[in-house]
Amino acid sequence: MIVTLLFVAALGAFVAWWLSRQGLAAKPWLETGPVGEAASPPHAAKSGLYLFLLVAGSLLVVLVSAYLMRMEMEDWRPVPWPRLLWLNTGLLALSSLALHLAREAARRGEVAAVGFGLQAAGVAAMMFLAGQVLAWRELAAAGYRPATNPADAFFYLITAVHGLHVLGGLVALGRTGLGLRRGPGIEALRVRVELCATYWHFLLAVWIVLFGLLAFSPSVAWLYAICRASLA
Amino acid sequence: MSGVAPGADQVVPPAEVAEVELYHPHSWVTKYVFSQDAKVIGIQYALTATAIGLVALVLSWLMRLQLGFPGTFSFIDQASYYQFITMHGMIMVVYLLTALFLGGFGNYLIPLMVGARDMVFPYVNMLSYWVYLLAVLVLVASFFAPGGPTGAGWTLYPPQAILSGTPGGAEWGIVLMLVSLALFIAGFTMGGLNYVVTVLQARTRGMTLMRMPLTVWGIFTATVMALLAFPALFVGAVMMLLDRLLGTSFFMPTLVEMGQQLRYGGGSPILFQHLFWFFGHPEVYIVALPAFGIVSDLIATHARRNIFGYRMMVWAIVGIGALSFIVWAHHMYVSGMHPWFGFFFATTTLIIAIPTAIKVYNWLLTLWRGDIHLTVPMLFALAFIVTFVNGGLSGLFLGNVVVDVPLSDTMFVVAHFHMVMGVAPITVVFGGIYHWYPKVTGRMLHEGMGRLHFWVTFVGAYAIFFPMHYIGFLGVPRRYHELGEMAFVPASAHTLNAFISVVALIVGAAQVVFLFNLVWSLFRGREAGPNPWRATTLEWQTPETPPGHGNWGREPPVVYRWAYDYSVPGAAEDFIPQNQPAPARTGIAR
Repeated sequence: MIVTLLFVAALGAFVAWWLSRQGLAAKPWLETGPVGEAASPPHAAKSGLYLFLLVAGSLLVVLVSAYLMRMEMEDWRPVPWPRLLWLNTGLLALSSLALHLAREAARRGEVAAVGFGLQAAGVAAMMFLAGQVLAWRELAAAGYRPATNPADAFFYLITAVHGLHVLGGLVALGRTGLGLRRGPGIEALRVRVELCATYWHFLLAVWIVLFGLLAFSPSVAWLYAICRASLA
Repeated sequence: MSGVAPGADQVVPPAEVAEVELYHPHSWVTKYVFSQDAKVIGIQYALTATAIGLVALVLSWLMRLQLGFPGTFSFIDQASYYQFITMHGMIMVVYLLTALFLGGFGNYLIPLMVGARDMVFPYVNMLSYWVYLLAVLVLVASFFAPGGPTGAGWTLYPPQAILSGTPGGAEWGIVLMLVSLALFIAGFTMGGLNYVVTVLQARTRGMTLMRMPLTVWGIFTATVMALLAFPALFVGAVMMLLDRLLGTSFFMPTLVEMGQQLRYGGGSPILFQHLFWFFGHPEVYIVALPAFGIVSDLIATHARRNIFGYRMMVWAIVGIGALSFIVWAHHMYVSGMHPWFGFFFATTTLIIAIPTAIKVYNWLLTLWRGDIHLTVPMLFALAFIVTFVNGGLSGLFLGNVVVDVPLSDTMFVVAHFHMVMGVAPITVVFGGIYHWYPKVTGRMLHEGMGRLHFWVTFVGAYAIFFPMHYIGFLGVPRRYHELGEMAFVPASAHTLNAFISVVALIVGAAQVVFLFNLVWSLFRGREAGPNPWRATTLEWQTPETPPGHGNWGREPPVVYRWAYDYSVPGAAEDFIPQNQPAPARTGIAR
């Protein structure tokens, strides 16, 4: 759970920083200041997405924490890493890049380019998911099934949780694409594409962390040693 | 929304809000069933939570019947007793208290108190309730499933939770419980995103964070905590579900059951405990922080006093929220851990008492020399303070490793957490309902029935849980279906158990008075008017009572002051609503 604690600490530091800018030292019972408009706040949907990413991030951190805790036990037998996942990683990166380009196109108001970017991102993401399923089949055929041992089970679980997030993202992407046909205002389109792009970058970043974790099984014994030393 | 600090003598024009921003219901179904109005959703949450809470209340009766009069009731065997314990605990903590405070009070009060017209994502908010209802139905379905509901204890510890020796372990009970929890968390996340973003982005003009009522601060902070803590339970539930259904071994070690080696091997039961309590301890404060906030507003309003140390109260809420994430392992002292970790968690546990004590002192100092009106909401608020202090003090015992180890498996723990997490928050729930019912329905709850309900509940709760501490000190173990012949348990403990059970039945029956009052007052209660408590906060300043869809029509309120301008020297009345620009403030420091 040390990784979770570090996550909570980092989050706590961010919240403390944010709160320090919110006038928490104000004395509301004495306020007699003039009226003033605050800077325009970000779009509610953006805030909602950032908050959701925090929740999803928290879920993945807990999962990774559990994985690392289990990994440190003596009987850990890591899963042989399917090479196919390198290709899958590339596909997800392509998908993310396509959405980045779609966002830039939306900012410039080029609706046709946005449509192309969304389609490319969607296709690449679907290929990523298909690739993940193929990797599962490859592992299962080699005898590494969910019930074989905890390392295998973690592999399937972590990739499945990430895959479900991609699937959810595809639904949002599909809705944005369909909305494009109905011709929403450019401002609404820009916001929707930005939300999709942000979510996709998050999925890519998370996948890269998970990829490193699952592929190379880095030991974090040093981290535990440091924490224990500081307690002692 | 804008973060402004208007002068008292400056009247600010309201922000004009376009009609089209709200979804207007077109039929009875979209108005009262699939409603996107946060107020209706809040009431739906509250009614559903109350209904399932009554089931949990009946389960507690059945448990008490067994403990008080063992062997008398043939339909309560070991298996059903464990099922009652498990369902009672989980329902009360998650499906009643969490849902009621955040889904019920949160939905109804946040938009009104911050001057918003609704939650920022009304459709997602509606989905949140229906997913919650689905979670409740799945949970209830387990009562009718083969093998009945799970009897794993409300903490659902593996490996026993999914073994055939545990009721529902090898059948549907545990599966339905885990699926229900996963659904609950999904539903809550939809609602939680709404509560947080509404507070951050939909506050009306002039409503700075530091002008928000403490009720909103409590619910807001608790929601942020829940959004971060529930994923741990979600992960734990999914992993256990996979262990149960697919035969994975996340939590299941190598086991021999009834002479047969099971297919499991290599899992870590302790891992589940970490996941569960990483959620479980913040959960205590997810319930407590809204209670802290609500009780602060009840005390200020009914004592006609500005809240003492508002800033410190806000900081304490945030501080408690942060600290609650680094104390979870104090629930696991008896699981075996490195002594230094025990020391660390004992220290953080004791530190959290500091901001909590600050809040208690501030409540007392708010009451000091206040014009205390002993209304029913105030009675419940005072009961909360006393009960929370009592429960908190026994928590200091249990927070220390050396004291916890001998007490951990006794009824002392049951008494402690029922005081601090059962009785205390429930008193706030009741206080809040008596306080805001006039706004929700336009009518007052009957005073006499309210007082009867209060006194029986309050005195009864103490008659139940105070002796239970003593029984725990005697060493009476918890989780036991029947004590049988234990040499160290004197006969008087059995008598006390019977007494507790009788009182539990009486307290339970008193809740019928409350329910009757809710229904009776809806039709026959005294007309409340818009602001019967003469309160300052925005929900009491709506143009209609009960507030209409959109809360404020085309003119959302403008906030000129904080939420606690009670008994202001020189003011014409003993309260100044937050949206009232005049009379001019004198700048007197209070």
